[in-house]
Amino acid sequence: MAILDAKIPEGSLAEKWTHYKNSVKLVNPANKKKLDIIVVGTGAAGSSAASALGELGYNVKVFCYQDSPRRAHAIASQGGINATKNYQNDGDSVYRLFYDMIKGGDFRAREANVYRAAEVSSQVIDHYTALGVPFARDYGGSLTNRSFGGVQVSRTFYAKGQTGQQCMLASYSSLNRQISKGTVTMFSRREMLDLVLVDGKARGIITRNLITGELERHSAHAVVLASGGYGTIYYLSTLAIQSNGSAAWKAHLKGALFANPSFAQIHPTSIPQLNEYQSKLTLMSESLRNDGRIWVPKEKNDKRHPNDIPEEDRDYYLERRYPAYGNLVPRDVGSRAAKERCDAGYGVGPTGLAVYMDFRDAIKKQGDKTIEAKYGNLFQLYDTITGINPYKEPMQIYPSAHYTMGGLWVDYNLMTTIPGLYAIGEANFADHGANRLGAASLMQCSGDGYFILPFTISDYMADQIKTPRIPVNLKEFDEAEENVRKRLEKLISINGTQTSTFFHKKLGKIMWDYCGMVRNEEGLKKAAELVKELKHEFWTDLKVPGNLNELNQEIEKAGRVSDFFDLAGLLISDALNRKESCGAHFREESQTPDGEAQRNDDEYLYVAAWEFKGEERPHQLHKEKLKFEEVEVQVRSYK
Amino acid sequence: MKVRLKIWRQENAKAKGAFVTYDFEEVSTEMSFLEMLDALNQKLIKKGDSPIAFDSDCREGICGSCGLYINGRPNGPEKGISTCQLSMRAFKDGDTIYVEPWRAKPFPVIKDLIVDRSAFDKILHACGFISVNTGSAPDGNSILVPKEYSDLAFDSSVCIGCGACVAACKNASAMLFVSAKVSHLALLPQGRPEARERVKNMVMEMDRLGFGNCTNTGACEAECPKEINLTNIARLNREYFTAKIL
Ligand SMILES: Cc1cc2nc3c(=O)[nH]c(=O)nc-3n(C[C@H](O)[C@H](O)[C@H](O)COP(=O)(O)OP(=O)(O)OC[C@H]3O[C@@H](n4cnc5c(N)ncnc54)[C@H](O)[C@@H]3O)c2cc1C
Ligand code: SF4
Ligand code: FES
Repeated sequence: MAILDAKIPEGSLAEKWTHYKNSVKLVNPANKKKLDIIVVGTGAAGSSAASALGELGYNVKVFCYQDSPRRAHAIASQGGINATKNYQNDGDSVYRLFYDMIKGGDFRAREANVYRAAEVSSQVIDHYTALGVPFARDYGGSLTNRSFGGVQVSRTFYAKGQTGQQCMLASYSSLNRQISKGTVTMFSRREMLDLVLVDGKARGIITRNLITGELERHSAHAVVLASGGYGTIYYLSTLAIQSNGSAAWKAHLKGALFANPSFAQIHPTSIPQLNEYQSKLTLMSESLRNDGRIWVPKEKNDKRHPNDIPEEDRDYYLERRYPAYGNLVPRDVGSRAAKERCDAGYGVGPTGLAVYMDFRDAIKKQGDKTIEAKYGNLFQLYDTITGINPYKEPMQIYPSAHYTMGGLWVDYNLMTTIPGLYAIGEANFADHGANRLGAASLMQCSGDGYFILPFTISDYMADQIKTPRIPVNLKEFDEAEENVRKRLEKLISINGTQTSTFFHKKLGKIMWDYCGMVRNEEGLKKAAELVKELKHEFWTDLKVPGNLNELNQEIEKAGRVSDFFDLAGLLISDALNRKESCGAHFREESQTPDGEAQRNDDEYLYVAAWEFKGEERPHQLHKEKLKFEEVEVQVRSYK
Repeated sequence: MKVRLKIWRQENAKAKGAFVTYDFEEVSTEMSFLEMLDALNQKLIKKGDSPIAFDSDCREGICGSCGLYINGRPNGPEKGISTCQLSMRAFKDGDTIYVEPWRAKPFPVIKDLIVDRSAFDKILHACGFISVNTGSAPDGNSILVPKEYSDLAFDSSVCIGCGACVAACKNASAMLFVSAKVSHLALLPQGRPEARERVKNMVMEMDRLGFGNCTNTGACEAECPKEINLTNIARLNREYFTAKIL
């Protein structure tokens, strides 16, 4: 494998993208019709890419495992989407958003990609508005904004607490328009189970029809993965329960490098785990931290009702530790601070694993009505789940697995190390470094899909116009299908005694305990052993009922969990390799005297991209050195 | 606590289905309804039985995947929630609970509690969108929208496409679903240029797909997890008639 080449265009940061667009190879409309593109995923990234590519005239095939593309996990995003409009006249600019993301990501992201993401953010908002997203507005009819963690301007556009649903439905509507025009063909209830390479290029996928169980072959000139993140590796997370890492993992096994797998974001504010049956954790959007003040009692084990604890007995620990950003510190900082208080014995609630998020002061100042207009549905959601009314008493919250910054390594073109294979949205690693800022994912996913990939893919497609439609009877398709069949048969024939959910829960617990908010060498080594043992147990004692040639949700789960075991191994290796703390990756051995993350730029100023070398062999590490030309690499401080 | 479940089991679209009774004793009031089914499934698998198939994904009431007919009501006894948000707190020890898939001709059963709702996607292919190409949108603030309209549009836009309205309706009408989309887009200036085409096409497609007529019983509104209200249907009718006349 050659040295990683990020293919960053020449020129100053602010000019790179413009230059790139001016010089990228184009494909004429007549030729586009003859070129096929597969898009796996219909979230904010996949739907926007598929519709934009369809509009351009490519022949697009899109896949998702839900019954409808509209149900992709992006639908659950809550708080908002960033853009550098500076409508609030508070000093925002492309540069500032770029800088906030670079700093928020603790200087572990690639400058050029981040700058471009910030650059196209305004267009994303324009497009969504034109598509009918009912973003919040002022009385004069103009768009309004709010703040999110890790920043000091108001650049987040929102639609109450369901911005994701609204953006998702808008990109789904643009997808529907292309479906009705025939440029895009939709394949729902299909799961991609392998990537097909022909002469080293990505040329197709093998899918399982989730209704009939049939294996199907699909070919194309290029394949785009928009398959989302793998936060469900922790079992309990804020993600949709079916979210998984398999599509990216299959691509990885076929040669795509996997970057920074251990960069997993633990979100500070979700409803704490209430019992052992729980199948997921519900997020309470970060936007709540605009008005919610976070605190724990100053005394350990203070059993008083929170409303009875007077001001002087409360420790607003974020405001205390980080006066400049207060409750709006970035997620990793907020999560660790909550864990620190709970571990020290100040936690609240039945398990002691919770802190308060209190709206009392905001309600007093702004009134019930205003608070309801801002967060009504989140308050209701909280009430439905916990039976506690947050207008009357503080919410209890605790950190939860939420997002994965790691993902498939891509260059500036968003192409992976496999020619013709692209990764966009949460599935790639590109824009968030070691920690993602709030409201920056929808922005990145939509930017990738609508405004970046359509250009960058053109550069590759221009060289494909002489390649006729790829037949699916090539031996590469035979082999891939056969491998998929064998793996499924293997899973279903183990016929042991435990379900895949049983194994998934156990795996999640190991990952949470040893590879979650805080990590250390000893724990990680132990986790590696535990995962190995559990994987062995999985492959000898798994029970999958039913048959392969029918709708069988257990075989779907088993496949995903089997990949999680391998991904978990890599995640742990990556965390072990990075002997520094940065962003969400906190190594106990590497902290400042006051408990903040201590980076080691001399040794780790790089993206760790891992190459699969075969079943029983260790991965090979490739380093993409990060060069910071525009910003000065500094200690990230929110004090 | 202990419940007796009577759950609709059906191998596939062609098979004949029937209720199967399960006495389930390991129920906790802390479980959500779907977590209760998860737990039952774990037990069934271990016993060598086939687990009950049902759809769900977000498990927080936003994706619209879930949706079961519980004791004769879409999403069970509580108002304004989807099935995944239903808690076992809503039931008592010893209760008998009937669980069925959505029953509506345009939503054929695929297996057990899973139905095919692709008809909803098809209705939206018939102009459930605003035709704007990527890259051609004007600046966001160049389209001013009175807050009042924007808020109304938002209220209509929260439909999660779950199909409870169709399941609740004795005519299997999709009017609430269609009217929510029509309203959302018709209330915004961006949606006006195509408003007439949109309403005509969507209604035509809805009829073609075999959804029934609306006879104003209001069952849809009562059972909609997002509490989409009937004024949307009134708005749809108005939009439809003006579109037909002009
Ligand atoms: C609760 C919550 C709230 C959030 N709030 C915000 C927010 O306010 N602002 C923000 O910017 N971000 C937010 N995020 C993050 C954001 O929602 C996600 O990062 C984003 O949705 C990812 O979008 P995506 O398009 O990359 O993938 P997803 O939306 O995850 O979509 C993945 C798609 O891939 C398909 N797929 C996956 N694997 C396969 C396969 N093997 N075969 C076929 N199809 C496959 C799925 O069917 C699906 O269509 C939030 C996340 C959560 C969990
Ligand atoms: S109108 Fe209500 S019940 Fe009908 S699909 Fe939409 S959310 Fe579901
Ligand atoms: S699972 Fe998403 S709405 Fe119920």
